[in-house]
Amino acid sequence: MANLTTESRPVRYALTAVALLFLFLFLLLPLIGVFWEALHKGWQLYLTALVEPEAWSAIKLTLISAAIAVPLNLVFGVSAAWAIARFDFRGKSLLTTLIDLPFAVSPVVAGLMFILLFGANTAVGGWLQDHGLQVIFAVPGIVLATVFVTFPFVARELIPLMQSQGADEEQAAIVLGASGWQTFRKVTLPNIKWGLLYGVILTNARAMGEFGAVSVVSGHIRGETNTIPLHVEILYNEYNFVGAFACASLLALLALVTLLVKSLVEWRLHRQQQASTLRTAEARLQAAQP
Amino acid sequence: MSIEIRNIRKQFGQFTALDNVSLDIAAGELLALLGPSGCGKTTLLRIIAGLEKPDAGQVLFGGADATHTHVAERQVGFVFQHYALFRHMTVFDNVAFGLSVKPRRERPSAEEIRERVMKLLKMVQLDWLADAYPGQLSGGQRQRIALARSLAVEPKVLLLDEPFGALDAKVRKDLRRWLRELHNDMHITSVFVTHDQEEALEVSDRVVVMDHGHIEQVGRPDDIYEHPATPFVTQFLGDVNLFHGRVDAGQLTIGSYEQALGQHQDADGDAAVAYVRPHDLDLTLQADGALAQGRVEHIHAVGPVVRVELQQADGQTIEAAVSKERFRALGIVPGDTVYVTPRKLAVFLKDAAGQQDYVI
Repeated sequence: MANLTTESRPVRYALTAVALLFLFLFLLLPLIGVFWEALHKGWQLYLTALVEPEAWSAIKLTLISAAIAVPLNLVFGVSAAWAIARFDFRGKSLLTTLIDLPFAVSPVVAGLMFILLFGANTAVGGWLQDHGLQVIFAVPGIVLATVFVTFPFVARELIPLMQSQGADEEQAAIVLGASGWQTFRKVTLPNIKWGLLYGVILTNARAMGEFGAVSVVSGHIRGETNTIPLHVEILYNEYNFVGAFACASLLALLALVTLLVKSLVEWRLHRQQQASTLRTAEARLQAAQP
Repeated sequence: MSIEIRNIRKQFGQFTALDNVSLDIAAGELLALLGPSGCGKTTLLRIIAGLEKPDAGQVLFGGADATHTHVAERQVGFVFQHYALFRHMTVFDNVAFGLSVKPRRERPSAEEIRERVMKLLKMVQLDWLADAYPGQLSGGQRQRIALARSLAVEPKVLLLDEPFGALDAKVRKDLRRWLRELHNDMHITSVFVTHDQEEALEVSDRVVVMDHGHIEQVGRPDDIYEHPATPFVTQFLGDVNLFHGRVDAGQLTIGSYEQALGQHQDADGDAAVAYVRPHDLDLTLQADGALAQGRVEHIHAVGPVVRVELQQADGQTIEAAVSKERFRALGIVPGDTVYVTPRKLAVFLKDAAGQQDYVI
């Protein structure tokens, strides 16, 4: 059957081939390379590289900063998106622009900003240090930098979604007597959950993978202020390729796992809806019978 | 429950949506707010619901001031133009929502909720769709579910914002009749917004015609149709022909046409406009006592009524609607010259009418 709306067969094949080739060269091949380099001297060495104290400390620090940055930006992103999509207020466009700032600023500059603000020789940093809180070249600085660079992901994902969905359903819920919190939990949240999940996945990936800003504020103290990406760089510079790629493979694995989780959840939801469609079709048939 | 609206004002920036509007709605009444888009009817409805705050004025429910009562506590049912069903919930959960969010001590048991929801779904004849998601329903079905959902909490007042606006003509007619019957059974005070004059006139007990943020006329449908109070109402309620003339001491003169009016006795040669509906114009072939004459341009003979378009010498178009029998008796064809005589006209003096040419 001739289909009038698609291109001819050779064009379609050529386009598909170009896309696949590109994906292979720029995504798949490097990924295979990472795992190959990490594993080609055997499992034993791979595992040793991961459990040695400095690597282990880097993994822990990465997990901690992600565990703080992701929930913070989740709450902030949802509030910001809610405010921007649902209300009109003075300075709304300014807020929208500010949310994008971390994308616009180079991560290295972002790191330097925190040094200028919280460094030991500055007023704020000095005062904090006198009260026993070191920010720069310590864990708080790394968390701050991570929060900063992952700031926009959730809000950016949710604002267009919430704007396109409109406020009708929320208003309907409130008219029906639901409280603000009930409305959020039972109506808003289910409607934005996919965008939110995606935003969280992106935030998490960036939080664990951030290099530039964290590199500036961390001070690269081994076993103390190194995150996985920083640790990878150090090992690589020391020609410890197996160690470097073993840690890198962890980050890559994380990306693969999040994608897998997302596909799984999507698949389950799809099945639920199919089941409902089926039940509805059956009910329709039954209703049609006398 | 009765509703009183007292001197409500609402501005959106520079735009005045409602300008000092007052209105009494009797308990158990089905009232239509009718007007063109931007006339303030939806804003008024949302203020009654509590979804919008008035800049000034009061809303009273059953005599008690409800101006500052939160939406959730007003006990109103609201039906949105685009249904606003919760898309991630089944039809059953949608209808049960209002009951299931009640505080624990007021909430009926799961069994009671189930019973009430199924009763409502039976009432809207969609109990077999309890398991479906809104995305699987047709527009008419969605709107009936939305109505069932709003009725589940037993509201004191039912508010409907262009409830049939997004539906096709056939479904709209059915739902209209259905809403009327439903109201006859339940007698809940209901207000619905529409820009469709036919809908307003057919369904409601009383119609409120609005324009530019104020009320033009309030009355029973037949009353409003037969005795429109302003040129705007006359024009908005249906097709109408305009004839410009003068009124002197209750005597209307348009060209050579003269007619004694029961009104405007103190008019002193004032400029006036006579409005005549197409079906109130008769076509004749005699010039005696005719209001105007014109050349037949088009004849639309579909249906029981024949619509004839005439062009006057000055280029103005007149539309007349005559019965098929009358049309056959006249035997007119395009190009003929015919005369029109009015059976009934609504005359408004120009200064009293304010601006004359409405764009609808």
